[in-house]
Amino acid sequence: MNAVVTILIDGLTYASWLFIVAVGLTLVFGVLKILNIAHGSFYAIGAYAAASFVAWAATMKWAPGFSIVAMLLAAVAVAAVMAPLTERGLLRFFYGRDEVLLVLVTYAMFLILEDVTKLLWGANPYYVSQPYSLFGNLHVGVQTWVGYDFFLVALAVVVGLAVWWVLNRTRQGKITLAVIHSAEVAASMGVNVSRVYMVAFSVGIFLAALGGAFTAPMISVQPGVSVGVIVVSFAVVIIGGLGSIEGAAVGALIVGLARSLAVHVAPVAELFSIYIVMAVVLMFRPEGLFQRTQARKI
Amino acid sequence: MTRQTSLNRPWQRAALALAGAAAAFGAGTAGAQETFKVGIVSFLSGQAAESFGIPAVNGAKVVVDAFNKGAAPAPYNKVGFGGMKIEAVYVDENGGATKQVQELRNLYDREKVDAVVGYVGSGDCLAVAPVAEEMKRFLILYDCGTPRIFEDNKLQYVFRTASHAAMDNVALARYLKARNVKVESFNLINQDYAWGQDSKKDFTLSMEKLYPTAKPGEDQLPKFGAGQYGTEISALMAKPAEVTHSSLWGGDLQAFVLQAAPRGLFKRTQVVFSAADHVLPGLGDKMPDGVILGARGAYGLMSPKSALNDWWWDLYSKAYNTYPVQAPYRMVQSLLGLKLAVEKAMAANGGKKPTGEQLAAALTGLEWDSPAGRIRMALGDGHQAIQDTAIGKTRYDPAKKMVVLEDIQRFPADCVNPPANMKSEDWIKAGFPGAKGCP
Repeated sequence: MNAVVTILIDGLTYASWLFIVAVGLTLVFGVLKILNIAHGSFYAIGAYAAASFVAWAATMKWAPGFSIVAMLLAAVAVAAVMAPLTERGLLRFFYGRDEVLLVLVTYAMFLILEDVTKLLWGANPYYVSQPYSLFGNLHVGVQTWVGYDFFLVALAVVVGLAVWWVLNRTRQGKITLAVIHSAEVAASMGVNVSRVYMVAFSVGIFLAALGGAFTAPMISVQPGVSVGVIVVSFAVVIIGGLGSIEGAAVGALIVGLARSLAVHVAPVAELFSIYIVMAVVLMFRPEGLFQRTQARKI
Repeated sequence: MTRQTSLNRPWQRAALALAGAAAAFGAGTAGAQETFKVGIVSFLSGQAAESFGIPAVNGAKVVVDAFNKGAAPAPYNKVGFGGMKIEAVYVDENGGATKQVQELRNLYDREKVDAVVGYVGSGDCLAVAPVAEEMKRFLILYDCGTPRIFEDNKLQYVFRTASHAAMDNVALARYLKARNVKVESFNLINQDYAWGQDSKKDFTLSMEKLYPTAKPGEDQLPKFGAGQYGTEISALMAKPAEVTHSSLWGGDLQAFVLQAAPRGLFKRTQVVFSAADHVLPGLGDKMPDGVILGARGAYGLMSPKSALNDWWWDLYSKAYNTYPVQAPYRMVQSLLGLKLAVEKAMAANGGKKPTGEQLAAALTGLEWDSPAGRIRMALGDGHQAIQDTAIGKTRYDPAKKMVVLEDIQRFPADCVNPPANMKSEDWIKAGFPGAKGCP
């Protein structure tokens, strides 16, 4: 019984972290049709910015609880600076071009941003461990979990519900859905598609940076943190269906639980477990679990 | 390819051009007019940069500078290499083994380097060694740990100037035994690639010999760069063991410590790390007390007292405002060995710059003093080094605001390295025959 609870809790906490990171990736693909390899770079910049903001909050004598606010502000700042620079300054020149070209452009961005973070923050590690102890510990049987892990579960639920609500219950969200369905038809109906692209990309960057910012307390922030996260994020959004928010949530849960089960039962199959799940899903639903079959345009 | 050269100012280039012109009309012996070009390959970006690549390159820069000024202590006090100024070309190791093979060819063919010193990644070492051999060009592997390179191959132009990973794990097991740590079972968490797999195997085999009744328990193999260890920590806690072994390093090790310490793992089990000294300056009080760790040699806080070590420690600390850890130590010991080999080969070559073959002959079986003690090219037909090592236990010192290492135990090279005629795995399985001077 304890083992099952442990597997479920570990799977859920890992899935929450994955969802926060992956939801921005799927949103950007859904709206802009860009497979953003640089998503991992924005995650890393979010982590670095959080380190700087939390350190700044400490010098301003903010109460420890406000380090959470500092991390949130860090994600906002990253989106406010980086999104206009990259979307307006680079990506918009490639809209309508081959999707493979856009993948190469974002890969180039990934390489450039890797060096930019090193130029800005150097190669030494940063630690933001203070927020990690804010929520105490939870003891279940022989296990002890850090309360911060459960805070991330709550954050993932809030992020998921907020994105879903904005897309499905607000005017701006419905306009975005129209652009997702067909940018050409939306434009002919008077929708400012460029603006929708800009806003969606900014939200995507914000979510990547949010993932990085709230991961920072659990790791040492240093060059290379962007690499590992992007691969597993792709697995999540491919399982769920590229562009689907619900798909990202279910994909993260499947990956989280599959990985947790593998680590506890057959550790050598940890990596294999993620990609076998992806392969099985793609065998039966090549477009992912939540991606609707697209009508062929003539 | 990221390259930096130590001769990149106009006056330096002009001096080099003048030296080249002089060499064209000059005598056949090497001297101030000639340079010795060394390609130095290490991680300048990516996950291994912070812990290994950049500290090692920083170490190389200050040492090359000291050599060129003739400012190193005897017997390393000749200017440059035997009077030849050293020109270093720094190359980023990031990008995978296939890229490194091409970069190595570029260093030899385009940059025309006389020697290459490099490689942290075991996978990179396994990939580049046969290429250097095929090209008949001189290569020193300064850092990577996998024992397979010289145990599975006979190489003429390739050398490793540091001990391989078998030493680290044999020493850890011997430390536990020497300190009478009771072990009935032990857990393992190692990265799922050559380094982690080899480390796990060597520690497990050593424990089988030193603690015949101890059983291996949980065996976790997270991927390199995983970053998230919550599930692995739960698995380790679910199967309690007296000892938990890990060869994690760099950012992975730091993340593991940051995530495992608040969950109480370090209080429930004696954690032993095989290569963890490099995270101590950064982690500070976040590193729990009482952790047993090695540094893959008698490096950093476990280095022996000597005039050479004092010189090196001051040189590095003053330049970078932090003390040197294992990677820069291994870099300096490789450059000291290269310097002596070049000068020995020149002496045998009438004072002229040596060829790759002459250099290889000079380094084969060579011995020299390093800041970490005596280095002996004793294995792999004189191509693989052995050296003393040390293991210690962490304690955060609030007065010094740093982690200090206590209960340091030193292990002579002949105690924790196999003899020349045996593979490390066979040696451990046979119960360490010929081991000498063990405490």
